[in-house]
Amino acid sequence: MLSRFNLKAWLLLLPALSFLIAFTHWPTLKTIWRSFTWAKSDVAPSKFVGVENYQILLDDPIFWKVIENNFWYALGTVPTSIALAIIMALWVNSKINCTSLLRLAFFTPTILPMITVANIWLFFYSPNIGLFNQLLGMVGIIGPNWLGDPDIALSSLMVMTVWKEAGFFMIFYLAALQTLSLDLFDAAKLEGASAWRIFRKITFPLLMPTTLFVLINAILNAFKLVDHLFILTKGGPNNESNLLLYYIYETAFSFLDSYYAATLTVVMLATLALIALVQIFVLDRRIHYR
Amino acid sequence: MKILTKCLSTVGIASILGLSGAASAATDLTMYYPVAVGGSLTKVVDGMVDKFEAENPDINVNAIYAGNYNDARVKALAALQSGSPAQLSVMFSIDIHALRNLEAIVAFDDLVSNDSERQWLNSFYPALMENGKADGKTWGIPFQRSTIVMYYNKDMFRAAGLDPEKPPTPWEEFASMGKKLVKKDSNGSVKQWGAMIPSTGYPYWMFGALTKQNSEVLMNQEGTETYFDKPGVVAALEYWQDLGNKHGIMPKGMIEWGTLRQNFLDQTTAIMWHSTGNLTTVKNKASFDFGVAKLPGNKELGSPTGGGNFYIFKKSSAKEKKAAFKFVKFMTSPEQSAHWSKSTGYMGVGPGAYETETLKAYVKTFPPAAVARDQLTHATAELSTHEAGRVRKYLDDAIQAALTGQLSAKEALTDAQKQAKSILRRY
Repeated sequence: MLSRFNLKAWLLLLPALSFLIAFTHWPTLKTIWRSFTWAKSDVAPSKFVGVENYQILLDDPIFWKVIENNFWYALGTVPTSIALAIIMALWVNSKINCTSLLRLAFFTPTILPMITVANIWLFFYSPNIGLFNQLLGMVGIIGPNWLGDPDIALSSLMVMTVWKEAGFFMIFYLAALQTLSLDLFDAAKLEGASAWRIFRKITFPLLMPTTLFVLINAILNAFKLVDHLFILTKGGPNNESNLLLYYIYETAFSFLDSYYAATLTVVMLATLALIALVQIFVLDRRIHYR
Repeated sequence: MKILTKCLSTVGIASILGLSGAASAATDLTMYYPVAVGGSLTKVVDGMVDKFEAENPDINVNAIYAGNYNDARVKALAALQSGSPAQLSVMFSIDIHALRNLEAIVAFDDLVSNDSERQWLNSFYPALMENGKADGKTWGIPFQRSTIVMYYNKDMFRAAGLDPEKPPTPWEEFASMGKKLVKKDSNGSVKQWGAMIPSTGYPYWMFGALTKQNSEVLMNQEGTETYFDKPGVVAALEYWQDLGNKHGIMPKGMIEWGTLRQNFLDQTTAIMWHSTGNLTTVKNKASFDFGVAKLPGNKELGSPTGGGNFYIFKKSSAKEKKAAFKFVKFMTSPEQSAHWSKSTGYMGVGPGAYETETLKAYVKTFPPAAVARDQLTHATAELSTHEAGRVRKYLDDAIQAALTGQLSAKEALTDAQKQAKSILRRY
């Protein structure tokens, strides 16, 4: 059964596999188990409570608020950053003089750590002494309270996220664009196709593998990246900019309630798994792989 | 090869024995501490630690800066559950109930062994001990403690025709003086506000001041009940709303904690309510004449205490506990407390600190340093209950909802009280 070849293969896989199991699969199983138990505190022995934690979850208004926020946040950041990434990649790929400088400029937001970026943008967004409102003030417009106004706090976060993410996705599109054969474009130009038609019928379909990859990344990031919340709004005002992962962190480490946090984590894992499955099985059909 | 192996193992065993021999001579302590106000406070802490180590060569203290109060608690608790625990830490004074429920800390009464130590235990300001006592024992020793104080720009007071030595005291005066301090530019937009009370970061703390000024408390001593929907409490929140909406002395909506000090230094506001822990940084950076005063009041003056206490963890050896206790006694001794207070703006933790030459001279030349201490007579404990994190969040959300106009003060606080009541049910 375990031929020498098989054994060798398993042994070679063992280091990576052990890390994967230790840091991904085992914690996932533990979390799922934990979400079905409860105890008064972390030192008390836990007991099995079935779906009670999930019932509390469904009754929790903050939970529904963060789900709603995450939905809008994903809707606002994912298409925008992908569209921006494609535009930037097309621009930077063309034959203009300062491509290196442009590429550096577009990629710089990605290099900066999120906390640094958030601290800088905290002062950009500050109502009185901040950059944006001062610029607006110079043309006579009273700028809003970007992070404090409940109606626009989430949108302000989205703008910052798109600024940070677009450069990262641009790199992938740039790499993909440079593998496209120029013959296709020459043929299209010979047939008199407009730039938009070329993009719609040739470039974009050929970029679909990259788009799928970037789409998965962008949606995952919409759930994963909450570092800026710690600096900018802490989920406020009144949970208007609260996101699921930040709520999980608050529950686990501020409220010291690891059982409810486990329940929330299971919901997040299930959501992300579902999104990934939908993307891979539905979109995969439409993608033209060479 | 066999000889080499034998040599290596001998060397190995010898070194292990040698190391363990060396380890038993010195006690190593690991400590996490937060910094919640700006300024290079880590340098001050490192200096004090070096002084302690010089006086006590057999104790090594590794003081690790851990972020803000939340971060420090997370790191300390994570360390406790890991292989390399911490023996003591500075954490939020209001973490006491959570830490006791986790059975993580020891009472200082159990570590005190002689009369001089008992005297030391009783040498702190009673108002600062309120948050550190439970079940008749002391679990947290004050270290970086503060009250909210009112910083005000004396130059702006003079420009508005107000007496810079007479900051406002009753609530009505605060509103009326604030109105005089508001300056608008040609477009009608405000370029200088009268006052700013931060509503992000720690809004419940600011609210604790307003409620004390209305003679209300937010919770009971045992941390099992909250009183968010009492009429006096609702009235305090309505006054906070009116300052922005009705009197127009503050921006409407949210005021950010993290940029408030910069706003004051950039003179976009004439008055700010902030922790006294900012005092030294403001003193060093202000390009204008500024003063510090007690907060205004309504039925009485008032401010909550705030800041961090020393806690010693249960999960440490008796030797480590003794060393940690020695360190805590050092850091809170009158001389060290005076040095800490002068370098940061936090208060001296006991009357003894203000009797030292350092603080006596400092207070004479810089009276604002004594404001926080003088306000102690009107101080109240900071909001501290079981499930502290959740209860704080309910109150924070209610305050933010009321200030942004999403809910009325009464609705918001009634909601918060209901939620707090339901999770405190089992305590």
